Amino acid sequence: MKRTHDMGGDTDAGAIDRTEHAMDDWEVLADALNQVLGVKGIKCTDETRRAREDMDSEAYLSLSYYERWIASLETILVEKGLVTREEVDRKVAELENRWGEP
Amino acid sequence: MAHEHEPGEEHEAGPRHELSHWAKRAYAMRDILVEKGVVTENDIRQQAEFTESKTPANGARLVALSWTDPEFKARFMADPKKVCAEMGIDASTLNEFVILENTDKVRHMVVCTLCSCYPRPILGRPPDWYKSFNYRKRAVNDPRGVMREFGLDLPDDVEVRVHDSTADMRYLVIPARPAGTENLSVEELEKLVTRDSMIGVMDALPSVPE
Amino acid sequence: MSGAAVFRDGAAVRVKSHFKPGHVRTPFYIKGKTGWVERCYGEFRNPESLGHSGDGLPRVRLYLVGFHQQDVWDGYDAGSKDKVFVDIFEHWLEPAADAGA
Repeated sequence: MKRTHDMGGDTDAGAIDRTEHAMDDWEVLADALNQVLGVKGIKCTDETRRAREDMDSEAYLSLSYYERWIASLETILVEKGLVTREEVDRKVAELENRWGEP
Repeated sequence: MAHEHEPGEEHEAGPRHELSHWAKRAYAMRDILVEKGVVTENDIRQQAEFTESKTPANGARLVALSWTDPEFKARFMADPKKVCAEMGIDASTLNEFVILENTDKVRHMVVCTLCSCYPRPILGRPPDWYKSFNYRKRAVNDPRGVMREFGLDLPDDVEVRVHDSTADMRYLVIPARPAGTENLSVEELEKLVTRDSMIGVMDALPSVPE
Repeated sequence: MSGAAVFRDGAAVRVKSHFKPGHVRTPFYIKGKTGWVERCYGEFRNPESLGHSGDGLPRVRLYLVGFHQQDVWDGYDAGSKDKVFVDIFEHWLEPAADAGA
């Protein structure tokens, strides 16, 4: 059984897009947060890899690179009891409130 | 990548309510982890600065010195982490570092089909194309086609060796030194060594760009 | 794990083709393929344990394993000397009759 992330040699591939995108602020944060938690020994690379590999195929393929990082980091932090989904939901609502309406 | 504010700091760059679901959760997790004392704002900022300080220029210097100094190249290939430390390049977070040297007859190309392993402590963050599904899929079974897309049409008698970084090894390619560069200084040679040439999908530039 | 490597440089090896649930670093495309040990990199913590919040111990030996591209992909140019190298942990390898290195 082959899983989605294990894509070496898949024959449905097209041309390689060489466009570089400028990192958004939240992507810089996602990158740094992930690294810091690794340096502090709170989680390791193989754990977040595993969480990404366990994502359903549609999510793995549709999320952007750093969205996958954040989704997998949340899975691992929830697993370790450092955050709960509900806490993150509440904090998102709080932030949305602070950021204001469109 | 230029970003003049702290990662996650409130600033004017774009309306926050338009952020994606997961982007919002990144900020939320950051705030929760800071509130709980798991990480500090300072930890995050320092980590982002550390990553920003890693650029392909590090690799270009190592390659240019390898081109001009056979003794340096021998030491670099034998113990790359030690040589990085001597050069003031902090590669301590790198598990293992392996140098692959291109020749007229053999050339190397690096991929990570399972995720996006890359020698980040030397070269910084990988380019978007390196992380793309199309590259991850094709690099192993169509390396020549990939290189053609990057502008390199290899003769049949050149042997292509693809390295799939599936474990603790991080690979860096020393591209072949372009012909006619004997009189260039190390500083000029560094300008020929592109990021993509150190991943192995391209050659070094033939001459110093204007 | 300690002691001498099970597979010496140049040894013919086949990658086990079984499916192991969970986090593994052996890519699907190389399972069941035969190549040769290019070199042994030493011992590393086991990602199959680390990925599931284990301590990665005992360490496992990691090999650089080479494969002829035409042995891996149907239709790869048969005259080609092209190779693919994959880093593979020892427990994913078994002895094979023919190296072809």
